[in-house]
Amino acid sequence: MTQISFVVNGEKKTVDAPPMARLLDVLREHCHLTGTKEGCGEGECGSCSVMMNGELVNSCLVPVLQADGATLCTIEGMAHDGQMHLIQKKFLECGAAQCGICTPGMILAAHHLLEKYPAPTMEQIREGLAGNLCRCTGYQRIFDAVEKCGTGTAGTAKRGDEIDAFECE
Amino acid sequence: MAAGNPEKIVGHSPQRKEGPDKVLGRARYIDDYEMPGMWHGATVRSTIARGSIKSINFPKHIPWDEFVVVTAADIPFDNYIHHILNDHTCLACREIKHPAEPIVLLAHPDKQRLHAAVEAVQIEYEKLPGVFTIEESEKMDTIIWGEDNTFKSYLMEKGDVDSVWKDAAYIVEGEYRTGAQEQLYIENNGVIAEYSETDGVTVWASMQCPFYLHKALMELFHLPEEKVRAIQVETGGAFGGKEDYPSVIGSHAALLSMKAKRPVKMMYDRMEDLAATTKRHPSRTRHRTAVDKDGKLLGGEIEFAIDGGAYSTLSQVVLSRGTIHAPGPYFWPAIRVSAKAMATNCPPHGAFRGFGAPQSIFAMERHMDHIAHVVGISPEEMRRRNFIKTGETTATGQLVRDDVDMQKLMDKAFAESHYYAKRKEFAKTNRTSVVKRGMGFACFFHGAGFTGSGERYLASIVGLEATPEGKVRVLVSSTEFGQGTNTILSQIAAEALRLEYDDVIVQQPDTSKVPNSGPTVASRTAMVVGKLVHSAALGMLKTLTDAGLREDYTREEFLAACAAHIHKHGALKVLSQYEAPPNIFWDDQLYRGDAYPAYAWAVYVAEVAVDTRTYFTEVKDFVAVQEVGRVLHPVLAKGQIEGGVAQGIGYAIYEKVVWKEGVMANNQMTNYIMATSADVPAIRVFFEEVPFQYGAYGAKGIGELPMDGPAPAILNAMEEATGLSFNECPVMPEDVFEAMTGAPHSEEQPVITEPAFTGAGRR
Amino acid sequence: MRSNVSEYELIAPGTLKGVLQTLADKPGEYLPVAGGTEVMVMLGVGRLAQKKLISLWGVKELRFIRETETTLTIGAGATFTDIRKNKIIAKEFPLLALAASWTGSIANQNRGTLGGNIVNASPAADTPPALLAYDATVEIVSARGSRMLEYRAFHKGYKKIALEPDELLYAVHIPRRFADSFQRLRKVGTRNAMAISKVALAIVAKKTGDVVSEIAIGGASVREMPYRCIAAEAAVRGKALNAATIASARAALAGEIAPIDDIRSTGRYRAQVVCNILEDFLTELQNDLQHR
Repeated sequence: MTQISFVVNGEKKTVDAPPMARLLDVLREHCHLTGTKEGCGEGECGSCSVMMNGELVNSCLVPVLQADGATLCTIEGMAHDGQMHLIQKKFLECGAAQCGICTPGMILAAHHLLEKYPAPTMEQIREGLAGNLCRCTGYQRIFDAVEKCGTGTAGTAKRGDEIDAFECE
Repeated sequence: MAAGNPEKIVGHSPQRKEGPDKVLGRARYIDDYEMPGMWHGATVRSTIARGSIKSINFPKHIPWDEFVVVTAADIPFDNYIHHILNDHTCLACREIKHPAEPIVLLAHPDKQRLHAAVEAVQIEYEKLPGVFTIEESEKMDTIIWGEDNTFKSYLMEKGDVDSVWKDAAYIVEGEYRTGAQEQLYIENNGVIAEYSETDGVTVWASMQCPFYLHKALMELFHLPEEKVRAIQVETGGAFGGKEDYPSVIGSHAALLSMKAKRPVKMMYDRMEDLAATTKRHPSRTRHRTAVDKDGKLLGGEIEFAIDGGAYSTLSQVVLSRGTIHAPGPYFWPAIRVSAKAMATNCPPHGAFRGFGAPQSIFAMERHMDHIAHVVGISPEEMRRRNFIKTGETTATGQLVRDDVDMQKLMDKAFAESHYYAKRKEFAKTNRTSVVKRGMGFACFFHGAGFTGSGERYLASIVGLEATPEGKVRVLVSSTEFGQGTNTILSQIAAEALRLEYDDVIVQQPDTSKVPNSGPTVASRTAMVVGKLVHSAALGMLKTLTDAGLREDYTREEFLAACAAHIHKHGALKVLSQYEAPPNIFWDDQLYRGDAYPAYAWAVYVAEVAVDTRTYFTEVKDFVAVQEVGRVLHPVLAKGQIEGGVAQGIGYAIYEKVVWKEGVMANNQMTNYIMATSADVPAIRVFFEEVPFQYGAYGAKGIGELPMDGPAPAILNAMEEATGLSFNECPVMPEDVFEAMTGAPHSEEQPVITEPAFTGAGRR
Repeated sequence: MRSNVSEYELIAPGTLKGVLQTLADKPGEYLPVAGGTEVMVMLGVGRLAQKKLISLWGVKELRFIRETETTLTIGAGATFTDIRKNKIIAKEFPLLALAASWTGSIANQNRGTLGGNIVNASPAADTPPALLAYDATVEIVSARGSRMLEYRAFHKGYKKIALEPDELLYAVHIPRRFADSFQRLRKVGTRNAMAISKVALAIVAKKTGDVVSEIAIGGASVREMPYRCIAAEAAVRGKALNAATIASARAALAGEIAPIDDIRSTGRYRAQVVCNILEDFLTELQNDLQHR
């Protein structure tokens, strides 16, 4: 067992864990942050995506020792002061979450993408999210949501009179 | 319109009921739950496909006294899992019928200790040769189930098929095959079970059908209804893969809990879930069709066979739906469909969105293109001359009462996909480009609800109650797993009661708290259960208006009336039970009559690009046009079609199960390939609405419909692009390569070896 | 998760010196792990036999990309994302940037390292074909000092590399002489993203007039290790490209490769596709007027 400290969602945490414990398991079990999910355990599905030192990583592939001293952000850290992040709002509006199991990782991936490309093209969106598998949506509503988070396209009403705050395209 | 409800809710797209929790990461799935004193369970599985167990040994290097060990001997009564027939062994003790068959269950407080223990259990087998394909099974050289390896067979006939051949201008034959497909929900199967001598057994599960699990546990433990409780928790995808399987994993966890005297969680990892749980039934369909000189169908014979795996589970129902959908949306003067579900030594196959229809519709739609080529007319003309029309009868003799207009759907699909313009363009570019492009389409229908007398048999019940907190609560066993159950049932209740969407809440499906509204399958939730929610709402209204609520009530008046009723009577709860629409008659013996109360109708168009240098196929654009009754929630409905199409694309060109003697050899996500965001095309969805009188607000079912069209549309497009006929899905680049280079098609699966370099590339 | 993580030891000296000292004191005892994108997968499926590991993540001396006038040097700890971001690589070594861009997902690229990709020595690895075509040199360090080795001599067989138990791959050096070369790389996988290579081919070449003056071809999944296709190169080096020479290059490639049947694909398919890719690249080179 080793003592490992990191900052997650702005809070400092210190845990005692085997150094090869997966960051995923430490977040879920020691920190009780169950928003990050396991879908495959092989770094293929992206359900376990978190931000580590500003970069998107698959937490199922990070030995917790390597997160010592890191700054982490999980899905629980996306909303601030009771306010949803824009990405979360757009996911809701656009129907981008169906069963929701891929959603935390997908939102983190979208967040990482939008930080790099504030007004991403469809090409960039497709590439940026390719590491997050979604079995329910066929990705279309997710593309919509992320496009609408891009500067310059957010909130475009597509129809004439009927502007419904919850409707997307 | 009452003053309290300024805008209608059905037909609009309010926010998903449990959406905020999902985007905030607050939604809790089964693995997010811990219970005090909980242990973890794991399964020791067979490493052979067929044979018998000679001995089970527990070597000394594992401290077994720390574990709870369950074998068949611990099963209190009969060793089976209840589905339909009771042939599904819960834990193998003598015979092994498939690889990964469960034999021993282990539980331990530290889940990290389980894998080594599972690996340590030594099982000695006497191996027997297994049966792994429909062909091997039907030969009956080896009998592995019943007397003839046949779980079920059906014969569906209309007219006088034997007389059509002599007048045929053409007789066209074809054989079409579909492979197994994994549901690949991103959340694996998982349960927590708590068995108590006094209180009975409770199982929390990622699942679709709480009452199926409830029944299975009642039968396993001989417990009465009220001593068994099945509770659905947030479920991360299902698609049929959590219809019958939870009865298996739930029973296992319950047995461990019984012996351990504490709660036990069983959570599969991806490798185990892929290897051991159900998949879509592989199929083989043979067509023999008589047409006149204009391509008009005179009659035909269809032989439809599915591979059910080692136990019967749901095969007879999958077979039924596949049989009824086999003739497609066409008028057949005469037809004979003979169908059978065969046993093999593979893990039992099960439900997957579409449930037999994707298999038989694949064959029909490939065959229609085939016939068109033989007759010398275009594939679209072939369909137009044969589409079934309102007033005609289907292959089961059902009168089509729907106002169906397949011609119009086809027109729309072709217009939106720029079908003719692209075909013209591709005819030019394909001459010189190494990437061949093609357009293809599929026309199909999908029956909503349970087949025939199924809904009558289910006799679903829905409840609606007013809560002390001023909400109206929907009581159903229908589960949410992404398709929008909570949302649409809330919409229906809110609209029927003239309340706001947020006034309605949905009870977590818990068999001790909800009536049995039937399983969440068969595209029945909106149409059947939604209709019952509507009628329960009307019942609640009647109760209140009888007690004095005025006709033109406001929302506030309604809620006040509920409060008053609760104050006076203690509760306000209404139940509504299914009544079949009039004129629905089905004969189970003759397999004739009204197979489904309603059908959705569709035309899907795929544009593909086949690279003749890498033999890789991509779907570049996809248009899905369907008539679905009434669209209750446009965003959700689109989402259902888009997601189904993506799965259908996988069925066509990406998702191949590599079998090695009944074992899924590619049981990792790295090797079982589903489409990523970089692979799916734009999927463009269009709805037509012809309200169905007996569905909620006119809705018919749509959940499974989108699974039926993509694979045949894509393979039809590939034939247009390359001139090569692919009659089996999935089509992999290796298959395209073999077909294109004229090489003999290899029947063998790729062999997994340590690298042994054969120098096979020498030319 | 099929391993008991309590049974594993992971140490992190944090400096290159510290790491090398451990490897010197206890050679072969500690398996180096950088970004973990290979090792942790093995752990997850219960196949990580090595119970003691030493972390290279965060060892600053390994994570760099530096250039001189003649050479670009990439530290073994540079991630695929580092490689994708680097402007010189984008301009002069686009095949490497391309290879990095299709290795796994963005999340995997943020953690996977060049060193890990090379040392894991899968014949399907994404960066080796480009590195072979760029005539890379690897720098290997230990407590005993450092040595240079042509990358093409680094792979000795299936998952066998020229690394002693006390040694560590330190950096990869690539000569900066390809900015004007014809460069192509194609990977064929199971899908457009997140795909293990079925086959891949990189080609870097120069022409003098119509004659091929320089050519280097690197292949993935064509042999038991990343492979420099020397027979195919010899078939066109010093010759003018035409239908006959391209056909002989194709035949030469077909003769020197030995792709296998495995869970993802077949040897026949791989052979055909890699030969098609070569043919297409050489045809492009033949028609190329830009790179002389």
